[in-house]
Amino acid sequence: MKRTMKTFVVACGAVAAAFGVGAGTTSAQAQGKTITLCWAAWDPANALVELSKDFTAKSGIGMKFEFVPWTNYADRFLNELNSHGSLCDLIIGDSQWIGGAAENGQYVKLNDFFKKEGISMDDYMPATVVGYSEWPKNTPNYWALPAMGDAVGWTYRKDWFARPEVQKDFKAKYGRDIGVPKTLDELKDIAQFFQGRDIDGKKVYGASIYTERGSEGITMGVSNYLYDYGFKYDDPKKPYAMDGFVNSAGAVKGLEAYKELYKCCTPPGASNSYMSEGLDAFKSGQVALQMNFFAFFPGLYKDPNVGGDKIGFFVNPAGPAGQATQLGGQGISVVSYSKNQAEALQYIKWFSGGDVQKKWWALGGYSCAKSVLNDPSFPTSAPFAKEFLQSMGMVVDFWAEPSYAQLLQAEQKRVHDYVVADKGTAQEALDGLVKDWKAIFKEEGKKF
Amino acid sequence: MNELSASSRITYRAVMVRPGAARRIRGLSDRTLAWLFITPTIVLLLAINIFPLLWTIYLSFTNYRANRANVPTIWLGADWYQSILTDPDIWAAMQVTAHFVIWTVVIETVLGFGLAYLIDKKFRGHGMWTTIILLPMMLSPAVVGNFWTFLYQPQIGLFNYVIAFFTGREASSFQMLGDVTLSPWAIVIVDAWMWTPYVMLICLAGLRSIPDYLYEAAEVDRASKWRQFWSITLPMALPFIMLAVLFRGIENFKMFDMVNLLTGGGPGSTTEVASITLKRAAFESWRTGYSSAFAIILFVTVFGLANIYVKALNKVKSR
Repeated sequence: MKRTMKTFVVACGAVAAAFGVGAGTTSAQAQGKTITLCWAAWDPANALVELSKDFTAKSGIGMKFEFVPWTNYADRFLNELNSHGSLCDLIIGDSQWIGGAAENGQYVKLNDFFKKEGISMDDYMPATVVGYSEWPKNTPNYWALPAMGDAVGWTYRKDWFARPEVQKDFKAKYGRDIGVPKTLDELKDIAQFFQGRDIDGKKVYGASIYTERGSEGITMGVSNYLYDYGFKYDDPKKPYAMDGFVNSAGAVKGLEAYKELYKCCTPPGASNSYMSEGLDAFKSGQVALQMNFFAFFPGLYKDPNVGGDKIGFFVNPAGPAGQATQLGGQGISVVSYSKNQAEALQYIKWFSGGDVQKKWWALGGYSCAKSVLNDPSFPTSAPFAKEFLQSMGMVVDFWAEPSYAQLLQAEQKRVHDYVVADKGTAQEALDGLVKDWKAIFKEEGKKF
Repeated sequence: MNELSASSRITYRAVMVRPGAARRIRGLSDRTLAWLFITPTIVLLLAINIFPLLWTIYLSFTNYRANRANVPTIWLGADWYQSILTDPDIWAAMQVTAHFVIWTVVIETVLGFGLAYLIDKKFRGHGMWTTIILLPMMLSPAVVGNFWTFLYQPQIGLFNYVIAFFTGREASSFQMLGDVTLSPWAIVIVDAWMWTPYVMLICLAGLRSIPDYLYEAAEVDRASKWRQFWSITLPMALPFIMLAVLFRGIENFKMFDMVNLLTGGGPGSTTEVASITLKRAAFESWRTGYSSAFAIILFVTVFGLANIYVKALNKVKSR
């Protein structure tokens, strides 16, 4: 009976944690303190729940989890931080939040703690330190420990590519073998080739790409094209000077290319797609190619219908001006309004441990620690590990300014208006974006 | 005393022991009692309605941002109002809102009144039909938004298949939510589907309130059905119809949840009604001062229009 009750309590805790209401206390934890970790509701979060059981076992500190779907993630947690809420002791906040959270005193500065505990940022991949921890960027001011490395990558239907009739038709049409695209033009050819094609009696489509309007979707998608075509956020020599960088001739072409891909090669009704819609399209065998974050790749690889031998992975292909990809991922921070800061810091110390980082990767999280990523066995440790490593070496992030949300909304509107709603030209869209961003920075008191 | 029941003894003692207190309560004037009863309501109203309104008015004149509470608040005067009223994006959002409000109100009123007129005629099973018709308005807008997203899905959505069946077009050849021309109508259709029953209900109340003797008198005067409709039914039901229009107009002017779930304001800004613009400014961009000013402008617009309308309604009623 006792055992049955215990199973029941644990099961209830697991269900509550899965629904983001946070409950998972066991009898051991009830004696000590419990801290709450806030993050997005997605596959890696489940891996973190599993991983954190070791922390509880070691420290006696219970863990509660508050997971919110991606579309509401920023709204929910930025509201929480802005209202000085103490719901979250630890938060795995998006990379772009760091400027605002640091300047508004919402995150605890971790420099002294890192120094005291011997945690060195040299032990983490440089791109993740800059992206997830530092504010101001490229200065040794740390507000988070790099927790979840991520970037945009691509998946493709390896089994479709391997079909003799597909290979024959593709070669006949494009004069080359079908394979992993090395350039964005090649990617478009492949997407176009599959668009409307009959595979096993079912009509399939070219690619699932990000087009979501409400939060950050289309910006996270279009950036992969813009970067490769020469877009820059500002003049590297003159911060916030955006004319000729955001709206350069290359950037305009990049935006046009993204629209062409959307128009020619996406499934019907894909005008508001983001991560979950991409996963649905790929898992249901609707598309040959899928743009999505690496965080989803372990789950996709395990999928019984499209995973295993049927799926392949590749990095964002190169464009005329180079090869880059949109940074995803997050760092883990201690919320300054937390009443359990000591326990939260204890978690960060534990999380930074070498063995923990290895287990994190093994469970499906993406470690940012060099000890994991530079291990000679890492590239072969998963079918997408090599591509992940390559992507993390070429990531670019969106603005991480305190006004990032406004900057993001401006791009969402301008780009969606052009790509999906056919409003104006690419040049007008990017010129408008420069105008919007200038107004926002002016309101912020920036000089440019 | 001994033969009294327990409850009677308690009552007896209460009256005997505290005659002064009882007299004091009995001595309260009606006015004092009234104040006693309405004070909690007034306090609540002040706390959750009036104070936030006054606070919003104050914020609308400042640079305040809720996410930067530590930044000093600067008085900006009417700057935000000026910038909002001269912003083409805001006017675009107002146009989208006007399109949505006008078409939904027109469609819901015509269909709602039509349905009420039909339901008012007693026929077999009319009670069951009334219940069925009322079902959509009992659903949550979030649920409606979600399942209409599936109904509109070009590949698997029932809506596209029905249209394809009647027009011969391929179901996946058009997208209701992703097309610039169709998406404003997609949200109108969903709102009309959900809220026509509400208008019907109000109109039905109006129709049922018309005394039968008027029709009997008209019959005696040999007035045709058409004449009866124009001279009795419509004028008598008009105050109710106008009330329904007022309710739906105000409600749709503030529409957020359903549109947000269906299109999120997209494609581009095609269905970005004013409340979505407001939400983005307030809770995504965190321009609290700016969004407060916008909220006040919207409030004044609705309040002003509603007042003019209520005056017209009173005129109709007094006829």
